Amino acid sequence: MAKANRDVYGECLAKYGESNKNIVVLDADVSSSTKSGLFGAKYPERFFNVGIAEANMVGIAAGMATVGKIPFVNTFAVFLSSIGLIGARAFGSYSGLNVKFMGAYGGLSDAFDGPSHHSLEDIAIMRALPNFQVFVPADEYETDWVVRNAIEVKNPMYIRLSRDAMKTVHNENTKFETGKGIVVREGTDCTVIACGLMVGQAVDAAEELAKKGISVRVVDMFCIKPIDRELIVKCAKETGAIVSAEEHSIIGGLGGAVAEVLTSEGHGGVPQEFVGVQDRHAECGPYQELLKKYGLDAAAVVRAVEKAIARKGAK
Amino acid sequence: MSITAARKAELDALCNKFRIDVIDVLHDIQTGHPGGSLSVCEILTALYFEEARVDGSNPDWPDRDRIVLTKGHAAPMLYRILAEKGFFPVEEMKTLRHLNTRLQGHPAAQDTPGVELSTGPLGIGLSAALGMAMALKLDGSDANVYAVMGDGEINEGTVWEACMAAAKYKADNLIAILDRNHVQLDGTSDEIMPLGDLNAKFSAFGWEVINCKDGHDLIQLCDAIDAAKAVKGKPAIVIAETIKGKGVSFMEGKNTWHGKAIGDEEYKIAMAELGGAK
Repeated sequence: MAKANRDVYGECLAKYGESNKNIVVLDADVSSSTKSGLFGAKYPERFFNVGIAEANMVGIAAGMATVGKIPFVNTFAVFLSSIGLIGARAFGSYSGLNVKFMGAYGGLSDAFDGPSHHSLEDIAIMRALPNFQVFVPADEYETDWVVRNAIEVKNPMYIRLSRDAMKTVHNENTKFETGKGIVVREGTDCTVIACGLMVGQAVDAAEELAKKGISVRVVDMFCIKPIDRELIVKCAKETGAIVSAEEHSIIGGLGGAVAEVLTSEGHGGVPQEFVGVQDRHAECGPYQELLKKYGLDAAAVVRAVEKAIARKGAK
Repeated sequence: MSITAARKAELDALCNKFRIDVIDVLHDIQTGHPGGSLSVCEILTALYFEEARVDGSNPDWPDRDRIVLTKGHAAPMLYRILAEKGFFPVEEMKTLRHLNTRLQGHPAAQDTPGVELSTGPLGIGLSAALGMAMALKLDGSDANVYAVMGDGEINEGTVWEACMAAAKYKADNLIAILDRNHVQLDGTSDEIMPLGDLNAKFSAFGWEVINCKDGHDLIQLCDAIDAAKAVKGKPAIVIAETIKGKGVSFMEGKNTWHGKAIGDEEYKIAMAELGGAK
């Protein structure tokens, strides 16, 4: 089993923290959960635990960015995209300050803590902010690149992480680029456009469907904003059916972004099925069982692909 | 050492000019916030013309002091003063709140030279000012950060989060100045949200509190800011007692003048009082 995504993130932060002394890391009293504490242990002079005060944390980070620092702010995605939102909008989005918003425990990954701690709206919220770039890494290779990229590129970013392990879908040779989706599996009958955990689920689903003679393309759309319009259009044209898959509400997230592209590019007639949480809150429980119950497993992707293909050509 | 009487007279004259120009532009554009602009006039003047290290010809000077107007709605007074300092032409004041202007309704650091932080949403400016102060310390800079706050603004809980953090990080290069005009949008601060014993509150949060009995007296203000600069090991706040709408009799102490358009008759009276009648 792959390493938990939060450990991958914390280790990357600690690893790349050496490269640039302008990197500063802030946390709101959850650094042993987000794993930003791994950076803090190595570089205590550049690590700031500001207590349970997310809005203040974002404000402090923004002020630091005006002086040339590269602040990474860390807390649970659900709190960063709500309590941290005022500063994200005023300073990150409006003013363009170079703050990295690291949303820990994305989706249902803080499973047992329940809906108060699940984050199913963060992608919708953060991608609505002008000037923001939004990333949802799918595995350890992508998480590593996203952290390095966040250090190198001066732009406000929202990066959604996970508490849990995710299937490895890339390797050391994968090329990552802002605004470019990655085809992780070729296919001709339908394309699953996924992000985060759901990329691995989509790969598993594609393998299942291959046994039934259905050829499924899987795209890792780890960069939700700016989104790869060209690739979405290409997939619509070449496979004629689209499934979006995300560990998020079906409203406003990756699925919404894909639908916006299809419609505005003249491919509104291409069927799209939405894998995600169906406009509701989940509940507490074991992560894998939650994923199954709330339609975020490979089986849910299989069902959606079959439905999308059945809709092809239907009026 | 206090500023001289002659220097005070010069600064008073500047303040009077700023008031006239701000009323003039707010009357012209029929929008904007006169009350808080007038109350903060001397505070900003003391900072920009006496106490802070700023250079209008070099807005990105790394070791400049940072002046952050966390009560962003007083933007007209900030802009007038920045123009006087040479950050942009005074003429540009006419474009305030118009389409295609660099002078947005609330300060926008990305647009306007000299503006250190985009403010407007109340409550988070002090946090950002603290972040500046912490980052400057990391860089070994001796620059100070001045956060000019409104008393209505401190209704926001985030202000107190920032206060706790500033004490934790011993941000003695952070100086807050409270424009204590006792009036907010909907009424007096006592009516809307009583602030209680502010000296005790800020002291309890680990700040040095310096009271300035008359926040329109440049000598008192400069003395108070000097005292704040001398504080070591903790942040300091100057609580400056001011009058909302100061200088225009019918605006003074009136919440209704927080953000109201100035009528032609009112404009004439205001200009006569300020000695700016044309």
